[in-house]
Amino acid sequence: MCPLYSRVVILVGLQLMLFHATQLSAADPRQSSYQLMSTENKAMQDDPSLNPATFAILDGQSAWQEKLGSSNQACASCHGDAAKSMQGVATRYPQLVDGKLTNLEGRINQCRVEKQKVKLLPYESKELLSLLAYISVQSKGMPIQIMATPATQPYLEAGKRHFNQRIGQLNLSCRQCHEERAGEKLAGIPIPQAHPTAYPIYRLEWQSVGSLQRRLRNCMIGVRAEPYAYGSKELTELELFLMMRANGMPLEAPGVRP
Amino acid sequence: MSKTSRTLITMPKTASKGEIIEIKAIVQHDMETGFRHTEQGKLIPRDIIRVFTCQYNGAEVFKADFFPAVGANPLLIFTVIATTSGTLQFSWAGDDGYLATNQSQITVT
Amino acid sequence: MKNQRRQLLKALGIIGLLPLQQAHATPEEAATAINSIIGANTVKEGRVQLELASLIENGNLVTIKVSTDSPMSQSDYVKAIHLVAERNPLPNILSAYFTPQSGTANFTTRIRLADTQRVWAIAQMSDGSFYQTHADTLVTSSACSEGFI
Repeated sequence: MCPLYSRVVILVGLQLMLFHATQLSAADPRQSSYQLMSTENKAMQDDPSLNPATFAILDGQSAWQEKLGSSNQACASCHGDAAKSMQGVATRYPQLVDGKLTNLEGRINQCRVEKQKVKLLPYESKELLSLLAYISVQSKGMPIQIMATPATQPYLEAGKRHFNQRIGQLNLSCRQCHEERAGEKLAGIPIPQAHPTAYPIYRLEWQSVGSLQRRLRNCMIGVRAEPYAYGSKELTELELFLMMRANGMPLEAPGVRP
Repeated sequence: MSKTSRTLITMPKTASKGEIIEIKAIVQHDMETGFRHTEQGKLIPRDIIRVFTCQYNGAEVFKADFFPAVGANPLLIFTVIATTSGTLQFSWAGDDGYLATNQSQITVT
Repeated sequence: MKNQRRQLLKALGIIGLLPLQQAHATPEEAATAINSIIGANTVKEGRVQLELASLIENGNLVTIKVSTDSPMSQSDYVKAIHLVAERNPLPNILSAYFTPQSGTANFTTRIRLADTQRVWAIAQMSDGSFYQTHADTLVTSSACSEGFI
């Protein structure tokens, strides 16, 4: 068995125990969409030897060690062992970096451009997603911890406006389905509360790993709205709002979703 | 699809003689069915893994023929009797010259 | 006016274009596929079991478990198990081949199911006999699809 892989298994195993330990109290009405999945799909998420996103983690692990650019730096050159240095990181994004609201993809790219002196990776590229998966899994089981500060307040409010705003030909807002009608059925399937606890996910619908922004654009297309561009201010603000709304819920990355 | 890709084998490292062991084999592959179209209406050609084999110390103990209905990143969970210590050899072969191999050692007491 | 619009749509190749639709096999084609496996032999019910969820949220990756009653000895073992779908574009899904060294003829895999349908498992025994079973399932798909609608 590949030693790199067995490390992932141990890491995931430990964090899975942590995941169960940080379950929400009985009074908390919030629920991860993990709970709505079939037994088979839950098992697919929980077991790294069954989870298709494991390959993305292994790709990310390789990418972490890859020396790039004129300075010949790898992520590992500065950040060392990701299991230590990246622990908790995914629970704290999006956040303000140099005064700009940045999600984890944006932060990875910033490091690539400024520190490694290489080109940024396009959104939803295999390379960016594998780094995202590898970094996110280091926080598996940890509670989401978005800090609300006076500086982030305007972005949070903007995100909340996007959440409540009716959009598209179907003229629906996120809120109407995912707040007001969560748990009810849409096309025979229960509507989730839409907490971004598991990203990046291997979505069976996509047959690949994808980010939260992809899923949000997916929803916008679903209500026949012109989706916001990847990395746009609007999507990042919405990400911030959704993560804040899920504060305290344990991170499940990388998740499996139908 | 590239000519090879990652594979993952999960199985015990040790077993007692005669014990039935479970092997999980998963491979990274899109398994393009040949029935999908691009948004412009162009057919995406089929590109799948066709055969998976497991050999135990050189003797084939399990084989599977994959058709386009096998899901992406194909998973197989099957069993084998642990007889002697040695090597289990796994191979996946498919369209466009695709070939991936992996192996696992087992100590049988 | 109605005719003009129809002509225009035809010219654009839009009319008759049903997005996301694909040819489905029929139960008859599945039966033909099964018959080519069985040949002239008869097939009995039993000795092979299928575990398949009755409601499937997404047909792209469906976990399916097959198990068989067999001593799996040198003289009496399961040679092969064939999975066949009634309403996929092609009926054959996967064929698994076993040996007396297999220990069991149980296996799990993940398959594509295009639509609500019946899935068959045909087991071929070492003595040349055939056994079959089937499972019915309802396949749904995401309410919000990403592709063009």
